[in-house]
Amino acid sequence: MARTETLSLGRRIANHLATALTLLSAILVIAPLVAIFGYLLYKGFGSINLQFLTNTPRPVGEAGGGMANAIVGSLVILAIGSVIGVPLGIGAGIYMSEYGKDRYSTVVRFTADVLNGVPSIVIGIAAYSLVVLRQGHFSAFAGGVALGIMMVPTIARTTEEMLLMVPHSIREAALGLGIPQWRSVLSIALRTARAGVITGVMLAFARVAGETAPLLFTAFGNQYWNLNPNQPTAALPLQIYVYAISPFDEWHRQAWAGALILIILIIVAVTVVRIATRQGSYAQSR
Amino acid sequence: MNPSLPNAADGLPRRITTIGPGPDSQKTKPVDIPERVQRIALKSSLASRMTDKGFRYLMLLCSLSVLVVVGLLLYELITTSHLSIAQFGFKFFATSNWDPVQGDFGAYPFIYGTIVSSLLSLVIAVPLAIGLAVFVTEICPKSLRAIISFLSELLAAIPSVIYGLWAIFILAPILRNYVEPFLGETLGWTGFFSGPPLGIGMLAAGVILAIMIVPIISSITREVLVSVPQHQREAALALGATRWEMIRMAVLRNARAGILGAVILGLGRAIGETMAVTMVIGNRPEVARSLFAPGYTMASVIANEFSEASDDLYLSALIEVGLALLIVTLVVNTLARLLVWSITRGTPQRANG
Repeated sequence: MARTETLSLGRRIANHLATALTLLSAILVIAPLVAIFGYLLYKGFGSINLQFLTNTPRPVGEAGGGMANAIVGSLVILAIGSVIGVPLGIGAGIYMSEYGKDRYSTVVRFTADVLNGVPSIVIGIAAYSLVVLRQGHFSAFAGGVALGIMMVPTIARTTEEMLLMVPHSIREAALGLGIPQWRSVLSIALRTARAGVITGVMLAFARVAGETAPLLFTAFGNQYWNLNPNQPTAALPLQIYVYAISPFDEWHRQAWAGALILIILIIVAVTVVRIATRQGSYAQSR
Repeated sequence: MNPSLPNAADGLPRRITTIGPGPDSQKTKPVDIPERVQRIALKSSLASRMTDKGFRYLMLLCSLSVLVVVGLLLYELITTSHLSIAQFGFKFFATSNWDPVQGDFGAYPFIYGTIVSSLLSLVIAVPLAIGLAVFVTEICPKSLRAIISFLSELLAAIPSVIYGLWAIFILAPILRNYVEPFLGETLGWTGFFSGPPLGIGMLAAGVILAIMIVPIISSITREVLVSVPQHQREAALALGATRWEMIRMAVLRNARAGILGAVILGLGRAIGETMAVTMVIGNRPEVARSLFAPGYTMASVIANEFSEASDDLYLSALIEVGLALLIVTLVVNTLARLLVWSITRGTPQRANG
C-alpha cells in the first residue's frame, strides 16, 4: 500500500528525461532557423544597395551590377502563375465544398493532396514538354504555367476548408431571399470566408515564389532586361542559384543579397495580406 | 452535408437539421410576398437556372483541372521519355553507366543517392520532429505554443535555394572542419564515415534535407496528436501514469498510424527535393559506402544536366528519371495521405485552435 504513495525513481527519471529530450529537439529545430536568418541578414544586408536593386548583372570580374531584371522577372512569372493557379484553385475549392457531396469530390480532394507532394522539378519537366517543346523556346509563360500548376492544390484545399467553416444558415438565408445559388456562393459564402481564402492564396504564392527547380528549363533565366512573357526571363531564385554555385566571391556576395531580398519579399507579402485580412471574418486561418 | 468528410462546420449550429420552429422563430413574422415580386421571380427563374447550371459546370471544370494535371504529368513524361524506355527497358534502373557521349544510360547511382540521402535525412529528422510535436502539443506552456509553431512554420517557408546557399557556405564548412573529422575518428571503422572530409557530399545533403523536412513532419504529427481524444489522456492520468507514460501510452500509441503517415510524407518531400541537394551533394554518379563521398540524386541529375542535354536520347533518359521520380512520389504520397486520413478523418477540427 505505502509503496504506491510515491512514484518510483525510474518512472520519475524517465518522465523528466522525456521532457528534457522534447525540449532539446524543439531547440535543435529552431536553431537552424536562427542560424539561417542570422547569416542572411549578416551576409546579405551589406550587399543590398541602390545599384543592386536597379542594375542588371555585370560580366565576371566587373564589380557592381544587380538583380533588378531578376526581381521584375520573378514578379512577371509569379503574376502569370497566379492568373492560372488562383481561379482554378478557388473554383476547385468551391466545387468541393458547395456542390461536392459525392465520391468524385473525395477523389479530387485526395488527388490535390497527392499533387501537392509531387516534386517541383517534375512539374518543371511537364511544363517544359507542354510549352517549351511545342513553342520551341524558353519563356516566362512556361515558367508561369509550372508555378500555376503548383498553386492549384494548396489553394483548392484551403478554399474548401474555409468555405466549410461558413455556417449553413447564411447560405439558406440567401437562397430563401430568392438569390440564385451562384450568387449565394460568390457573394455570401466566398465573401464570408475571404480572409481564409486569401491566406491560402498567399501561402501558395509564398511557396512558389521561392521555387527554382521548375524554372530551370522553363523560364531559363536571362542576363538582360526582358518584359516579353514569350522570351526567356530572369528570376530571383534562378539568379541566386547560378551565383551561389559559381566560383566568384563577388557573385557569392550578390547571391546572399538576392536571398535576403527574396525572403523579405515573401515575408512582406504574407504579413501584409495577413494583417489586411485579419479583421472581421468568420473563417480565420487556423 | 457530407457526413463522411472532415467537416469544419460540424462544430457550428446548423439550423437545417432542426425540424419545426427553431428557437428564434418567434422573433420573425411570416411575410407575404407581393405578387409583383413573385412575377419577377418566375420570369427570371429560367435564366437564373441556366446561370446556376453554367456556374456549377464552370466550378466542376476547375476541380477537374486537378485530375487533368496529374494525368497530363504522367502522359507528358511517358511520351517524352519513350525513346529511352524503348532502348533500355528495365535495365535502365539497374545499371550504373551514365555516359552521354556513348549514349549509354543507367540510373542506378541516382536511385541509390536518392534512397541514401532521404533515409539519412529521416534518421535525423524523425526523432526531432516527433519531439517537437510532442513538446508543442503536450508539454510546453500555452503562451509558448504559438511562437514555436510559428517559428517552425517559418522554417517551411524558406525557399529551397536559400537552404542550399546556407548549406554551401555555412553548413559544409562546419561539417568539413568539425563534424566529419570527429565522425571519421570515432565511427570510421564502420565504413560509413571514411575518406577525406570534403564537407560537400551525401552527409551534407542528408543534414540539409533533415532541416527542410522537420517542419512538414512535425506539423502533421501535431495535427494527428491534437486529434487524439482528450479523454484518452485523462484516463491514463487517472490511472496514475506520469506525463511521459501518458504521452507514450495514450497519445503516441493512438496516433502511430498518423505519425507514420507524416514520416512517409516527409520521405516524399526528401525524395523530390532538388535545389538544396543539388548544391551540396557533389553531383558525381558514384555508389560509395562512405557518407562523406559525393553522390547524385534523381532530382539533382535532372536539375543539373537537363539544359545541357544535347541529343534526344540523353533528354529522354533524363525525363525517364523524372518519370520514375513522379511515380515513386505518387505512390509514397498516396500511402502517406491514406495513413494520415485514417487518423484525422471524421474528428471535428478544433475551431480556431
